[in-house]
Amino acid sequence: MTTQKRIWIVRDYLRCSGCRKCEIACSLFHENKIWPEASRIRVFMLVPGAEVPHLCTQCEDYPCVESCPVEAMSVSTDTGAVLVDKEKCTGCSLCINACPGRIPHIHPTEKYAVICDLCGGKPKCVKVCQKGKWDALRTILKADEQWAGHDRAYELYALTPEEITRDLVINLYGEAGEELI
Amino acid sequence: MQGYTGKFLEVDLSTENTKNVTFDESVLRKYIGGRGLATKILWDRLGHQWETVDPLGPENILLVLTGPLTGFFPGGRICVSGKSPQSNGVIGSTVAGEFPIELKCAGYDGLIITGKAAKPSYLFIMDAQTEIRDASHVWGKNGKQTLKMLTEEGRESLQKRFPNYGEWKEPSILYIGPAGENKVRMAAVMAKWTHAAGYGGYGAVMGSKNLKALVVKGTGPLPEVEDIEQVKTLIDKVSEECYGADAFRRWGTSAAGYEVGAKDSSEPVRNWQEEWHNQQSFGVNRFEQRVWIKRHWGDFGCPITCMKIAMPKVGPFKGAIGDNPDYELQAYLGPNLGVFTPEESVYLSSLIDDLGLCGIQGGNVLGLAGELYQRGILTKEDLDGIELEWGNTEAFAALAEKIAVREGIGDILAEGSYRAALKIEEMKGKNVVQYAVQEKGVALGAHGIRSGKDYTTDISYACSVQAGDHTSVAYMPIDHGDSELAVILHDSGVYCWFTTFALEEAEWDFLKAVTGWKIEPEEWYKTTALRILQLQRALLLLGGPDLKWNPRVHDDNPPRFYEPLPSGPYAGKKVDRAKFEESKKEYYEAAGWDENGIPKSEVLERLELEDVDRALKEKVR
Ligand code: SF4
Ligand code: SF4
Ligand code: SF4
Repeated sequence: MTTQKRIWIVRDYLRCSGCRKCEIACSLFHENKIWPEASRIRVFMLVPGAEVPHLCTQCEDYPCVESCPVEAMSVSTDTGAVLVDKEKCTGCSLCINACPGRIPHIHPTEKYAVICDLCGGKPKCVKVCQKGKWDALRTILKADEQWAGHDRAYELYALTPEEITRDLVINLYGEAGEELI
Repeated sequence: MQGYTGKFLEVDLSTENTKNVTFDESVLRKYIGGRGLATKILWDRLGHQWETVDPLGPENILLVLTGPLTGFFPGGRICVSGKSPQSNGVIGSTVAGEFPIELKCAGYDGLIITGKAAKPSYLFIMDAQTEIRDASHVWGKNGKQTLKMLTEEGRESLQKRFPNYGEWKEPSILYIGPAGENKVRMAAVMAKWTHAAGYGGYGAVMGSKNLKALVVKGTGPLPEVEDIEQVKTLIDKVSEECYGADAFRRWGTSAAGYEVGAKDSSEPVRNWQEEWHNQQSFGVNRFEQRVWIKRHWGDFGCPITCMKIAMPKVGPFKGAIGDNPDYELQAYLGPNLGVFTPEESVYLSSLIDDLGLCGIQGGNVLGLAGELYQRGILTKEDLDGIELEWGNTEAFAALAEKIAVREGIGDILAEGSYRAALKIEEMKGKNVVQYAVQEKGVALGAHGIRSGKDYTTDISYACSVQAGDHTSVAYMPIDHGDSELAVILHDSGVYCWFTTFALEEAEWDFLKAVTGWKIEPEEWYKTTALRILQLQRALLLLGGPDLKWNPRVHDDNPPRFYEPLPSGPYAGKKVDRAKFEESKKEYYEAAGWDENGIPKSEVLERLELEDVDRALKEKVR
């Protein structure tokens, strides 16, 4: 698959309802259980109303993959998603520190890092968010071939939950928001 | 047992001991969880001395219970209960949010909290570890401050305990505001900023135990279920139905602030002196245009997300953040106080939430004070200089703040409409109780019965075991999806009422897929729910210590509902006493109560409640 045909998950935080259906869908798909802490997308609510669905952005240079000392991480040639080898991963958490958004986390009961794998190309989280008409998550093609076909700076979206929340509360609550964080 | 973690955490705040408690499957099958199980626990532990138990004393038990369907049935909630400082009975008061999910993921179906902490405290639960922590630094703080401080503290603790985990999602928190700390009988148990377990007054119970908050993080999955594939199918089925409810999803309950007044004539206006208004300034379109900043907001698993976040952007109330508000607060902190603009209503509900007051109880007592001022019974001097004119938002706000800290007249009003009316009547030597629109110590939900256009009827509140609670009304036929017996299912389940509308049979299917129990509607209405109803009724009638209800006197509507509606298309309509007595008789019969409203011996025997029968024989009949 060429880079241009790859999908990216748009995250429109201001439309997020906080329904956490994405956490349910992701954990049901990967764990066959409803398990918010094991979901690869996690909805942070550091300030009510400023819900942040937090998931991997597939950085161009994949610092997480680079940082792994045991080569447990690779990039899917199909989707561009980060893949974690559960057998090799030791749960050292170096990838978390390498990620500009501190997006991966360690599985709550196993010793490996969990990162969004784009569900192999058909994201469950996006599907449920779309079904519910919230439209906070959407898939787009990474680059539109006819219109300014360059790769966009998707890695900008790799921010910590705090950083994103700080921006959102100002957007939502204006001056009143400054006291909330 | 499927659907349950199988463990409840019991914390004695007096001795600081904690232990795990379990219940036999036979008990859980009968009482399910939430409201049903709360009633059972309270009966077993306190029933023999109920009338002497002070709801605000250390002897009361605070219950915070999930149900087997919580987290599975779309729209999870948690049920807060105990002996109610409002009704002196048991009220199952539910609130949404992620708290029940975190609690189940931590390995607990619920919390049983006894005793009283020596100093302001909060509980911090992370999986199997529980700490009773000092809360002096958050005592006195309002809702937004409390949530901010405890969220930060909670995340720091998690980060410290497991530094390699990555970013910790915030723990989930239930807390009280200043009203709860000051044992205001109308205090709610709060979640997020705007969610409240309001009915019952359990915020005051938390305050009486010196318990500021409950903070929980659970890292495990939800419990195993009987049939996960079926559960997945059912989640999709119920969700699909809800996704289709476009009008309700768009406007939530917030369109009702105009519609219930203008179309149904059943909205409280100036303390229920009227139930009709057609103020278009209060239309949902005005809220939408002027103050909505988030249009779809909800909690874990919710397919409807009917809440809206609102904030005035200009003017004197700029920066007040609230939910839309939802209809109940919109009505009670709007037309009920003569207020008809979105900005003022959002500001008042934001304030009430921050103080940790229940918007219904709080708005009701503010309305009562407004009418007493209008009639010259309460004067400017009585109110420490507040000029409580209808529509004077700042004046009502000032009074709400006094109530939350029990200052001046606020100390009396903090007792709630009925108890406050009794006191003011004594003080002033004038009739006051007739203006209190309440039922057995509980202010009514914002759905009047005079016009006959709303879902409520003349027996709704008068015969409900949760008194003024508009979410749990007495209804005929008693085995109908709108009756209190049906409500007991989702209050015990524990999940949202609104997500059950579209597909009623889904509740039974869910129960089976999650727990494996095949409970048929027939069994539910004739036995299981009826048993829970009798227990709640018995405890309500045992009552005490400050007030006791005599059904012959107190199974009645507020006097106001026997006055004709003065305005609107249904002007002249009122409750017909003879007709009401007739419907009451029918309801008693259907509920298994004698002509005095007391559960009959033979019914109690059939439901294996012989001990309840003995207690009623000795103390009530
Ligand atoms: S499913 Fe969509 S709206 Fe719901 S929490 Fe996830 S991102 Fe937000
Ligand atoms: S967002 Fe984080 S986890 Fe995803 S590719 Fe970038 S560094 Fe790796
Ligand atoms: S794309 Fe799949 S793995 Fe990634 S967050 Fe969504 S559901 Fe989880």
